[in-house]
Amino acid sequence: MSSGAADFEALLRQALAPVDPPADLAHRLESTLVSLTELAQEELDAWELSAMRDPRNWVRPLAAAVVGASAGTALVVLRVRARHRARKQRSKNPIELVERTFQDAVEEARRILRRR
Amino acid sequence: MAEEELPSGKADIDARFTELYKTHLRDVYSYSYYRVGNHHDAEDLTEQTFLQAYRHFERALREANGRPLRPWLIRIAHNLAANFYRDRSRKPESGIEDADMISAPHTTESLVEGREQLKAILDGVEQLPDDRREALIMRFALGMDNREIARALGRTDGATKVLLHRAIRQLEGIVSDPVAEPEEPRPEPAPDPEEARR
Repeated sequence: MSSGAADFEALLRQALAPVDPPADLAHRLESTLVSLTELAQEELDAWELSAMRDPRNWVRPLAAAVVGASAGTALVVLRVRARHRARKQRSKNPIELVERTFQDAVEEARRILRRR
Repeated sequence: MAEEELPSGKADIDARFTELYKTHLRDVYSYSYYRVGNHHDAEDLTEQTFLQAYRHFERALREANGRPLRPWLIRIAHNLAANFYRDRSRKPESGIEDADMISAPHTTESLVEGREQLKAILDGVEQLPDDRREALIMRFALGMDNREIARALGRTDGATKVLLHRAIRQLEGIVSDPVAEPEEPRPEPAPDPEEARR
């Protein structure tokens, strides 16, 4: 490489210096990712506390665990999370919210599985 | 390269994703910033890139077969940036918004001269065809090697080398003679279909 070309590349490197992301972006992204990874577990825990006493409800957490282990988990969580506000408005109490969330997750998982 | 161990459970996948995120946040942000030309849209693009990456991370780990995931991540940002322009029917903003704030050499004379030179280069980068501009951003802002750039752009290593060479030559031409007619673009080697599928 000629020295002229090397100089130009050095200038180019200087002009296109890496740009640090704003600190608030890093915080926002981290909290979004943490929410995504914790959401399913949190809602499942709430469901278990309210419903595990009744064996008829055992099938639901079991299905959630199956969904949770599949490759489509993230997609299910993202979509279910997107509808969280609507479910909250429609629910009279936290237990009903958990039930609606769970039904939503199961339906979303079924939709994804049907497409595969 | 030794095959990297695949994650065994969700917690493991999440831990690996966190590691990927921490290692490459700056890369994705830098790429986004130089693509869209302003911090606001660069933040959106970065956020969308990582959310998209999270959705497909497990599959990407399997298919990467131990290779670095940075090209895959940058390819996501590249596709999202293309959608961003298509959806909003807009072109990259003219000039990088902080071009006047580029850090420059310290002596008084060279301060002004150096700044102008760097600004001229950035303006020149904006005038390049998309693929050449992107290859330069990947090489000089992110420090990616030919192989990584080839994977991110879905081209062969050879085609990428040619692309980078032409991009630098064209940019030199623009910077040395900014009022000259833009060079008639020569056809770049076609993307590698094998890479494009990955």
